[in-house]
Amino acid sequence: MDESIFPNVEVTRRTVIETGTTALLLSSLPHGVLASEPDQADRTPASIELLVNGHAHTLALDPRTTLLDALREHLTLTGTKKGCDHGQCGACTVLVDGRRVNSCLTLAVMHDGQSITTVEGLAFDQDLHPMQAAFVEHDGYQCGYCTSGQICSAVGMLAESREGMPSYVTADLIQPLTELSDNEIRERMSGNICRCAAYPNIVAAIKQAMGEQT
Amino acid sequence: MDMNAPVGANALDAERIVGKPLDRIDGRLKVTGGARYAYEMQQDALYGFVVEASIAKGKITSIDTLAAERSPGVKLVLTHRNAPKQGTGNHREAHPVLTGPVVSSYGEPVAFVVAETFEQARAAAYLVDVKYDPKGGHFALPQHLGLARVPHQADGAPADSEVGNFSGAYASAPVQIDVSYGTPLQSHAMMEPHATLAMWDGDKLTLHTANQMLNQGQRVIARTLNIPIGNVRLVSPFIGGGFGGKLWVNADAILAAIAARYLKRPVKVALTRQQIFHVTTHRSDTIQRVRLGTDRDGRIVAIGHDVFSGNLRSEQVYEAAALQTRSLYAGSNRLTRHRLVPLDIPVASSMRAPGEAVGLLALECAMDELAEKLKLDPIELRIRNEPAEDPERHVPYSSRHLVACMQEGARRFGWNRRNPVPGQVRDGQWLVGIGMSAGTRGNPLRFSKANLRLDPDGVATVRMAMTDIGTGTYTILAQIAAEMLGLPLERVQVDLGDTIFPEAAGSGGSFGAASSGSALFEACQALRQKLATRAGMDPETARFADGRVATGERSINLTELVGSGIEAEGEISPGRNNQDLSQQSYGAHFAEIGVDQDTGEVRVRRMLGVFAAGRVLNAKTARSQAIGGMVFGAGAALHEDLVLDPRFGYFVNHDLAEYHVPVHADIPPNIDAIFLPELDERSNPLKSKGIGELGICGAGAAIANAIYNACGARIRSYPITLDKILTDLPKQS
Ligand code: FES
Ligand code: FES
Repeated sequence: MDESIFPNVEVTRRTVIETGTTALLLSSLPHGVLASEPDQADRTPASIELLVNGHAHTLALDPRTTLLDALREHLTLTGTKKGCDHGQCGACTVLVDGRRVNSCLTLAVMHDGQSITTVEGLAFDQDLHPMQAAFVEHDGYQCGYCTSGQICSAVGMLAESREGMPSYVTADLIQPLTELSDNEIRERMSGNICRCAAYPNIVAAIKQAMGEQT
Repeated sequence: MDMNAPVGANALDAERIVGKPLDRIDGRLKVTGGARYAYEMQQDALYGFVVEASIAKGKITSIDTLAAERSPGVKLVLTHRNAPKQGTGNHREAHPVLTGPVVSSYGEPVAFVVAETFEQARAAAYLVDVKYDPKGGHFALPQHLGLARVPHQADGAPADSEVGNFSGAYASAPVQIDVSYGTPLQSHAMMEPHATLAMWDGDKLTLHTANQMLNQGQRVIARTLNIPIGNVRLVSPFIGGGFGGKLWVNADAILAAIAARYLKRPVKVALTRQQIFHVTTHRSDTIQRVRLGTDRDGRIVAIGHDVFSGNLRSEQVYEAAALQTRSLYAGSNRLTRHRLVPLDIPVASSMRAPGEAVGLLALECAMDELAEKLKLDPIELRIRNEPAEDPERHVPYSSRHLVACMQEGARRFGWNRRNPVPGQVRDGQWLVGIGMSAGTRGNPLRFSKANLRLDPDGVATVRMAMTDIGTGTYTILAQIAAEMLGLPLERVQVDLGDTIFPEAAGSGGSFGAASSGSALFEACQALRQKLATRAGMDPETARFADGRVATGERSINLTELVGSGIEAEGEISPGRNNQDLSQQSYGAHFAEIGVDQDTGEVRVRRMLGVFAAGRVLNAKTARSQAIGGMVFGAGAALHEDLVLDPRFGYFVNHDLAEYHVPVHADIPPNIDAIFLPELDERSNPLKSKGIGELGICGAGAAIANAIYNACGARIRSYPITLDKILTDLPKQS
């Protein structure tokens, strides 16, 4: 864990913003706590460069802007969804330098120079990414609102497992993982809620895509 | 057409396209991020942020908005002091906001801050300083049952029903079960937060809004804002789930509309996940008493079901958890009663299968208890109480294949391997049990219209103000049009989600597919008539296939008949069939559960639902919806519990970290849903029935019964969490 977040600091508007967990703390604090604090934080737009789906973008952003809102509201890449803004649902999952990240839980300014892949960047021209095609074939969605997150998460998850990263249900931490069991997939995908409950279909889609990649 | 008589053979019966397990036609948009939801429709809007009341009841004594107004980027701070006067009504008629200093439930919006950016609006919202004079209120249902009254829900069934002499028959019944069950407060927790983008063009308002029933929403918004209905347009081509939570108009729509009007600029707002729990609706908790009296052979002589639920004191909507008890089992002495407790909490309203979803959690467990007392197999008990007609209304069922569902399910699931004595089967540390439940859900039909157009390029376009909330409506409508006109699926375009299109029922109450599909069916019939007439053929015998219309040897390409384009309209009304028949879909649920012998932890190992729900319009999406419902049922049985603080009247666990819905790890891949072949000639022209809610109806009870079978713990208070099981676990030697 990041040490700087947890020392005994008095929670003021300023420290909240500096810790980079603006969304989480602001909306859990009771009204009035912040009201007396004059708005002194530095709102000078921060200039950053993001490489999104292979395209370089220079953005001047309010430093409070999450990576999720930078994508949705500033780059009009609305494929990435906001389900909770608190890291509780996974709808906002994107790949940052290949690793899956809840983009609502991280500020855009923390990713200057990094490479982001969103659901819009997975297909190659007209050809769907194998994970996308498998979701269509297995009906791995209903309303579609969790789907971008599920797909990005699944792509990132398979990459993690190829690197040998274990999960809570991995029985043997020594042997390299050969193939992911249903249990492994379900455990590793449990950060992505689907209220429509396409879960069995999503697992089937991931297994198919997994087979096609190896 | 009015649905008054059996429909007879029709062009859908060929099922060349209808019924097939086809991929969703909007699938590509959904997996590429191309499907756009309300908040995403336009980028130059101002951003709104709601400020919620932090008391449940009382009065605002002061609102200081100065700091917020001075905050960077802020354009407007709306409060009751500057909000316009609005129309009133219950939550299904109007949704006025910021009406005055009185607070009637926790989280009610007290201010709305609009700024150039989301970050600015959010920061300024926390600068609004509201002072209150709080009053005590009534919050927790169980504490205020003494205040219960008979509800008068205008759009609901009568609160009470009575047939024969229940109390006499129950008192003298040789076998009796008298049990009480409790179900908790629940939240829809759909993944897309309620969101609206509002814009005005002069007097005309367009709302991109997450709403399940657009025409209903249009009426509510017009009434609330005191503007003509013709000046309101709702647009909602994609909706990120609803489950009833987006049936009615919520504060996001009205606040955005008012602010956009004041500022003469588009304004958009999404409720935060935390706000959704208080600002929008939830499902009431219930306290239910089920009494079953039978003869020694298990034939029901008396059946009684009493239900308490709660709602905001100005509302009449009650959780109709005893409705299914009026038609599910035979028995000549019957009594059902619903009582509503007026409370000072946010509005309770419909959530997926309102009534049955929680009613069956009580009734079907009581049946399990009864079966044990009678030493009868639970399926046999239900078969013995299979009625020949609706036992209260004394009208025929439009179709009913509950017994077939139970028998087919038993065969597939291996029901005969169930040991009726609890706690006997072990798999390592797991105590394993299986359980079942019957399922039933009302099958309504609602007024809908459709427009269908065939253009010279050979593409047919369907237009309706219908919605697709993930149910697959786009796809099944395309299948119906393709089948009826003899076109390939790719040559059908479906445009939904806009009130400029013909009025439709919307998505809710399991009436969406039947109502919208039937209106489209009628439009197809009308267009076939026109095309056949132009071709000089008898519309009755003309065949539509391969893009052509044919009779005998003669065959003409449709594009030769359309001129510059040809249109037809269709409409459906419920007619008398809703009254003359008892209309439900049916199913049987089976579950295998493991209970950890030391910790009481529950794992779902297998689930199966077997359903009879009329014609299945798309085998793939129907299965998905049924499984989705079954998982919802698993959530109701095991996880979901919106906790009310009885002192302050707010929901403590108002986010997705603390309000637990099922996640991947909770749901086994070994879960399936099967539909038995059934055509219901008297439900609607499609011969279909609603399936969006059937999956949840009974699924939770099957799990609860399996838990009992696994370990002998009969938990009558949902959700069944390990702390409740622990005390009843068999002692380990
Ligand atoms: S929106 Fe980021 S986890 Fe829910
Ligand atoms: S598809 Fe609706 S939440 Fe997953």
